[in-house]
This record gives sequence, C-alpha cells and structure tokens, in this order.
Amino acid sequence: MRTILLIIQKELLQVFRNKAMLPLLTVIPVVQLILLSFAASNEVKDIALSVVDHDHSSYSRLLLQKMTASGYFKLQQYADHHDQAERSLQTDEVDMVLEIPNGFERDLLRQKTADLQLLVNAINGSKGGLAGAYAAQVIQNFNQEIIADVVPMIGTLPATPRLDIQYSNWYNPTLDYKTFMVPGILGTLVTIIVMILTAMNIVREKEIGTIEQLNVTPIKKYQFILGKLLPFLFIGLFDLAIGLVAGKLIFDIPMVGSLGLVFAFCVVNLIVVLGIGLLISTMADTQQQAMFVAWFFMMIFILMSGLFTPIESMPKWAQYFTYPNPIAHFVEVMRRVLLKGSTFADIQWQFAVMTVLAITFSSLAMLTYRKTT
Amino acid sequence: MQTLITTHNLTKRFGDFTAVDAISFEVGKGEIFGFLGANGAGKTTAMRMLTGLSHPTSGEASVAGFDVYRQPEMIKRHIGYMSQKFSLYEDLTILENLRFFGGVYGLSRRQIKEKSAALVEQLGLEEVAKKLTGSLPLGWKQKLAFSLALFHDPQIVFLDEPTGGVDPITRRQFWEMIYAAADRGVTVFVTTHYMDEAEYCDRISIMVDGKIAALDSPAGIKTKLGVQSMNDAFYQLARGAQRSE
Repeated sequence: MRTILLIIQKELLQVFRNKAMLPLLTVIPVVQLILLSFAASNEVKDIALSVVDHDHSSYSRLLLQKMTASGYFKLQQYADHHDQAERSLQTDEVDMVLEIPNGFERDLLRQKTADLQLLVNAINGSKGGLAGAYAAQVIQNFNQEIIADVVPMIGTLPATPRLDIQYSNWYNPTLDYKTFMVPGILGTLVTIIVMILTAMNIVREKEIGTIEQLNVTPIKKYQFILGKLLPFLFIGLFDLAIGLVAGKLIFDIPMVGSLGLVFAFCVVNLIVVLGIGLLISTMADTQQQAMFVAWFFMMIFILMSGLFTPIESMPKWAQYFTYPNPIAHFVEVMRRVLLKGSTFADIQWQFAVMTVLAITFSSLAMLTYRKTT
Repeated sequence: MQTLITTHNLTKRFGDFTAVDAISFEVGKGEIFGFLGANGAGKTTAMRMLTGLSHPTSGEASVAGFDVYRQPEMIKRHIGYMSQKFSLYEDLTILENLRFFGGVYGLSRRQIKEKSAALVEQLGLEEVAKKLTGSLPLGWKQKLAFSLALFHDPQIVFLDEPTGGVDPITRRQFWEMIYAAADRGVTVFVTTHYMDEAEYCDRISIMVDGKIAALDSPAGIKTKLGVQSMNDAFYQLARGAQRSE
C-alpha cells in the first residue's frame, strides 16, 4: 500500500512540476469544451438562396418574402435566368436555387396547381436534405395561405381529411444542440486527456532509463500498475468536475440525473481507458510509437462514438464495434443521466461492459509489464 | 569467506548471438570485484542477469543466496544497482528521489529522514538538496546515484561503468566511497574501462567475446601474463577479440 502511495506521489509531483502540463490539464480542456460546443452545431442556418423569378407576380413575391422571413434562407442572388443561377450553384456562391416559372400565379388561380423548381447543393447530404425540407415547409405554408385566396373563387373546399400532428420535444424541449453536445464533448475530452497521458507515461520512463532503476527494486507489478493508474484517474475525475462546472455556468446544461452516478461511471470508464493507455505504454519502445498507436485508437473511438453521428444509424456490423468503445458508452451515459435523468438500472448494460473491459485491460497491462526481460 | 555471488556456466544468447558464454566465478563478502572488457564483450549483459533484469539462457547463478531463475525479486531486495546511464528522476529533487526509492525498499519514514540528512551532509549537498536532480553536475549525479544504490543497506552493490565521463578528482572521490562501502562489508561488483581503476579492485575478471579470459588479483594477472601494467595485460587479452563495436 505504501509503495503504491509513493508511486502516486511521485507521478503527481512530476505532472504538476511540468510547466506545460498544468494548463494542458486545467485550462485547455475548458477552452476546448467551450469552443467545440459552440462550433459543433447541427443546425443549418443562412442557406444562400438564388431566385430565378420568371413570373414577377404578387404570388411569386409573396413566396419569396415567406422564404426570407423564415430565417433559414438568405437571399443571395436575384438571377435573371436559369444559367446564371446554375453557375452560382456550381461556384458555391449559393446553396439552393428556386426557380419560379412564367405563369406561376395564373396557373395557380386557373388550374389550381403550379410547378416550382428547387435545385439543392447536396454534397453534404444532411445539409442538403435539411435545406430541401425547410424549403418544402415554407412552400407548404405558402400553400395553406393561398388556399384561402383561391377557394372562395371556386366556392367549395374539397373535403380532404386532415391529420394534425402535435409535437412535444422531451428531454431537450428547446431543441438546443448545445444541451446535447456539451455532455458528449466533455466525456470525449476527458477520455482523450487520460489516454494520451497514460500512453506516454511508462514508455517515457523507458526512454529516459529510469524504468531500469525501478525494475531492480522489489516493486511488485500490481503496485507499479496501480501506482501509474490512480494518479491519472484522479486527474480525469478532476477534469470531469471542472468540465461539468463550466458546462453548467456557461451553457446551463441540465443535470437531471445523479452526479454521483456520472462520476461512478466515469471511474469505471476511465479505468478502461487507463488500462488501454498503459497497455500501449508497456508494449511500445518509444514515445513516438505510443503516440501513433494511441492516436489510431482515439480516431476510431471518437468517430465511432455517436458523438456526431448516431450509433443507431451505423450499419449493424459497425454497431458491434462500438461495444468495446469507452467513448461511445461515456457519451451515451453522460447524455442519458444528465439530460434524461437515467438511473443505475437504466445504464446497467454500460456498467457491465465497462467493468469487464476495465478488468481485461488492466490485467493485460499488468501482464505485459515485465521487470525481467 | 562467505560467498555472495556464484555463477556456473552462466550463458545469455540473443538469437544466434551469444552475448555471455558460460562464465563461472565466485565473489566473496566485502570484496571489490572488477569486471573488465571491451565494449560489447558482455559485461553489462552479465550484470543484468545477476541483478534480475534479464533471464539467463542457461547455466546457474545465485546472488545473496537466491537463485536468479526462481527468486529474482528476492535478489532485488538485497542488492543495489547503479546503471551506466543516470537513472534517478531528474524532475524530482534530491530529497524526493531519496524518499521515493528509500520508501520502495521499505525504509520507514524516520529512517529515510535520518539517512537522507546524513547523506546530504556527507556529500556536501545541503545547498542543493531541494533542487531538481537534473540541475546537478554529472560528477555529483554519479555520487548521488551511488549513495542511493547503497541507501537501503544492500549486501551487494552492482555498478555499471560508474565513472564514465567523470573528471579524475571526482573519480578518485568515487573510489574512496567504494572503499568505504567495502570496509563496511558491502560486496562491490563494478564494471569499468579504466585500467587504473582495475588496480583498485581486489580481484578482476577480463571478458573477451563473452568469455572470461582471465580472473585473478591485478598483481596475479600481470605476473601470469608477464606484463608490467594492466593496460598491457588488457591489450594482450583483448587483441584476440573477434567482435568489437
């Protein structure tokens, strides 16, 4: 026990004596949290719109007015003809082209139907999809309004059945993306810091030669691994705490569930990450090797974590790969407990998976660390 | 005389390469045993096997009464080790290094405090005891590393080229420290390149190509080979070496 405490004391002394390290562990994560949370928005706003209005009627003007008033679109160009608008789409000046044909108003009034053309830049599929959907919504709105104009002229309203849908957004009533992103980003940041710190740790002692002096002492393997693991666990929990405070103060993220549960899960989760980090560190010969391997895992963990793209929309085989991914579970649990108020019973599965992985990776780190070669 | 290190046909191979080829010798209590040889002769590998850092390929060896195969961790309790490369924590202070390593060897808080104070005074490090170890000049670092290897009162201390890159005065002081330790009954196992240092040893072995080419007191070796100095003795033995750097 005393040996473990001595190693912890030594590690913490070394971390906090390193002048570059302190801001890296305290200020930088908060800055990243703020920056990323503001930037990582899924909202699509200010879609640059080009309009080709061949009709110049009061209806076409009303439609345009509705488009710009919706807040989603910005009238970037008033094109004279189709080719000009298409060129603008090609050069990325505009994201969407709305073409109103000649006789739009006349057709509407006489034939009760008219065509509109929408060209959407869909290179970014989800942005294009949203732009199209917003436009459709505005046009739908416009439709409802002019029915009132058109109907009295034909006398009777065709009796079409109507279904009205009433929306109610639970757990994030104002659909604020920051509420959704902050807990996930915080979980990811904490994991990255802890993983990099531990992956570089033992291999650094190998590089500077101090591991040799340790290996001739009677330190036991489990003491060594625990002594290396615990200080970084404290640092991870500390970072989670300052991140939660910043999230509350700056973004006012809801904290519906138990914070104790969040921290309890964080402990298990970080032991998995620490185990992977230490395993990399005992296997690698140089810090460079360790860095590359850690980076490789981080990329996969982050991109397949469900932070940006929902895991449910991944192909089935890819979903299986997220089971051993600590970031995926961390992001999920943070969101569920903080936003939804999930209890231990709701996240048992995540606890179980992480506990198994924590034991596996810490044991592997212990086994691959050799005092005698 | 009590024997503290015994080896019999101790061998280490790395693939096809035999780094240490069936060496056998004994070292007694309080003896200063010099281990000489050209670069790559196998000195460090032999020492690593005796300190439990490396598994032998074959042969037998026991250190402080413990078997190198079965009880390497027991050996580690009873020996001190100073490697070629300075390997204390440069980002810890002298006192922090002493506290850490002393604690790892199981010294009590009080013992560490008393011994640290005595050591700092003896080495004249009062001014810098709370400074980072990395800021010390090399000679001081070496003396500190040696003192730390002895901090937990081991029976045997292994020194791997302890005076490399150190000025003659510091080397002299270093050897005085070695003598003082040997007088207290500590067995000193030391590798070196310096032939004048070989003369300070009670007995020396000269390794050539992984084998022990000569093993005797410095005077005995010179007489046997009919040469005037250790330098000549070393040249005569090492001339036949097949491998060098």
